[in-house]
Amino acid sequence: MATAPSTAPATLELRGVSKSFGPVQALTDVDLVVRPGEIMALVGDNGAGKSTLIKSIAGIHPIDTGEVFFEGQQVSIHGPKDAARLGIEVVYQDLALCDNLDVVQNMYLGREAHDSLLRLQEPEMERQTTKTLASLSVTTIRSIRSKVAGLSGGQRQSVAVARAVMWNSKLVILDEPTAALGVAQTRQVLDLVARLGQQGLAVILISHNLHDIFDVADRITVLRLGRNVAEFERRSTTQVEVVQAITGGIGTRVAGVAETAAEGAADVPGGMA
Amino acid sequence: MSATPEATTPPPLEVRSILGDVRDRIRSGDLGTLPVFFALALIVVFFQLKNSNYLSAGNFNNLIVQMAGEALIAMGVVFVLLLGEIDLSAGFVSGIGGVLMAEFLLQGGSFHLPFWSIGGFAITPYIAVILAVAGGCLIGAVQGTIVAVVGVPSFVVTLAGLLIWQGVLLQIIGDGGTVVIQDQTIVNASNYFMAPVYAWIFAVIAIVAYALTTFMKERRRPTADSRARNYAIARVVFMALVTVGIVSWSLSEKLRIGGGTRGFPVVLIILVLFLLAWTYISDRTVFGRHVYAVGGNAEAARRAGINVTRIRILVFTIGSGMAAVGGIILASQLASVSPASGGNSTLLDVIGAAVIGGTSLFGGRGNVKSAVLGALVVNAVANGIALVGYSSAIQYIVTGLILLAAVTVDTVSRRRLAAAGR
Repeated sequence: MATAPSTAPATLELRGVSKSFGPVQALTDVDLVVRPGEIMALVGDNGAGKSTLIKSIAGIHPIDTGEVFFEGQQVSIHGPKDAARLGIEVVYQDLALCDNLDVVQNMYLGREAHDSLLRLQEPEMERQTTKTLASLSVTTIRSIRSKVAGLSGGQRQSVAVARAVMWNSKLVILDEPTAALGVAQTRQVLDLVARLGQQGLAVILISHNLHDIFDVADRITVLRLGRNVAEFERRSTTQVEVVQAITGGIGTRVAGVAETAAEGAADVPGGMA
Repeated sequence: MSATPEATTPPPLEVRSILGDVRDRIRSGDLGTLPVFFALALIVVFFQLKNSNYLSAGNFNNLIVQMAGEALIAMGVVFVLLLGEIDLSAGFVSGIGGVLMAEFLLQGGSFHLPFWSIGGFAITPYIAVILAVAGGCLIGAVQGTIVAVVGVPSFVVTLAGLLIWQGVLLQIIGDGGTVVIQDQTIVNASNYFMAPVYAWIFAVIAIVAYALTTFMKERRRPTADSRARNYAIARVVFMALVTVGIVSWSLSEKLRIGGGTRGFPVVLIILVLFLLAWTYISDRTVFGRHVYAVGGNAEAARRAGINVTRIRILVFTIGSGMAAVGGIILASQLASVSPASGGNSTLLDVIGAAVIGGTSLFGGRGNVKSAVLGALVVNAVANGIALVGYSSAIQYIVTGLILLAAVTVDTVSRRRLAAAGR
């Protein structure tokens, strides 16, 4: 996925973003650039400011100072509605699905298709759901009318991601999408994330799992204590380098972490066709 | 019955695929209304063996009249339960609904607005009913606002409501008093029985309307799914048979009471109309979908842009509004209201009815028809016990056991539902 076009304006660009909660400075002069079709991994230790940063982008915690550009235009995001209007969708770690509702109902949660009498338009919603799931090659969900309570973790994640994609979104932010998943389901979700990039969406991926990040990300932005400390091209870095940036340590060796980029990238399937 | 759809039935139903689907649902813990029908069958067999009059048309009509008021109140309770909240004030708010209507009727046909004296207007029975229901809605809106905006648990708010409205009822009527309802229109709502020909006209209209809406919905489906179409046909045939069965059962004997011929209870039509209206609103409208969403995961609903506060207030308004409607029917049945109206076991009967019918206490699962099915079970027991001549002690114990069984089934099926996918 090295073909992120450099000619198009960045989907999202943050310049010098700062945010404080009372005396606590959560973000200081953070810069971030995500281009269409690019998967940007956002990493950092606990308390590094990852969550604050995505909540700022999503409009939940509006920024104090700094500039935000969306597709080349300067914008100000004051609330979740502003973010949604721009085409920014966030998939939170808890997925925010209603277990008692089925897949279609969850996909359209809060934005149900209806006519002037507020009657639900089920056929239209079923059609669109099927189309969106097919476009993401989600084949594991047997029936779009099955309740989310009966789905596996990976299937639920797929529903949440598909919901984020369905609304003509341009930037999808994924918060720890593989945190609670087994090996096979992690594979499914990572393939799904890669597909988002192939469809030309900009993706911000938050994860603690460097293996996952080296699997799908194009670039890696490291935050520490609310500041940018490093930005890497995935193809020209190693997990050790990234871990050093995260911890601020020098030459820290972490058990089980691959030494070279080649090792981490060896199992990337296909890349962009 | 040329209107029944058997005449147009295309290829044979895939009974096996439908049964297989039902089996899958039961395995995953989604029992639907099966336990209710099972309980109902047990109750009917037991009491019929004890007293052969139990299944007579006369007693069937009695049962319908007895259950109607509680079934209507329970419909409101279902909406509140769908949110995962509770409404303990439903019993006495129904009493308030009854007494408001009775007091408006007592104004002697004209009513002078208290605050500005630009004359008055005649209070017809219909206006009295509308005012009483509006009063119920207002109570619900206030209680709902305290729950949704201030954040006081609904258990406490409606427990306070239970005490307050009981006091207000006592204050209006006076200790040991009763307000007699003489208006014939109101009394007829519960006590009028239609001649067979009108009953059959209504039955035909109901069946045709149901068939039309069902098939029109099928036609708008994107793909011609033969299984879905068979489901639709099966549903229409089933509903037609049930309707014909109920009407012919109800009309099978003509009991002479007070010189008149008994026929089909008009209150059943009122009940069915409310059932259809609320089922439509809960299943087919954006509002209904949002109620289920808030009940399932309020935080997810909020993040999805649903105005959770507004939904909560509206649901409590519906709950108390339907309590007032049910209270009016209860008052109509007795042609009077007293400080005990909506008291005694009314509250526990209606919450019990909703839960016995299959609506979950945990929120997000259930439907409006569970109110009617549950009220049918509760009143079938009460009716049978009175008919056979057992003491009311037995009635409380049996109803309590059925409620316990219903909640146990709900809890177990919820666990299985959660376990099915993990």
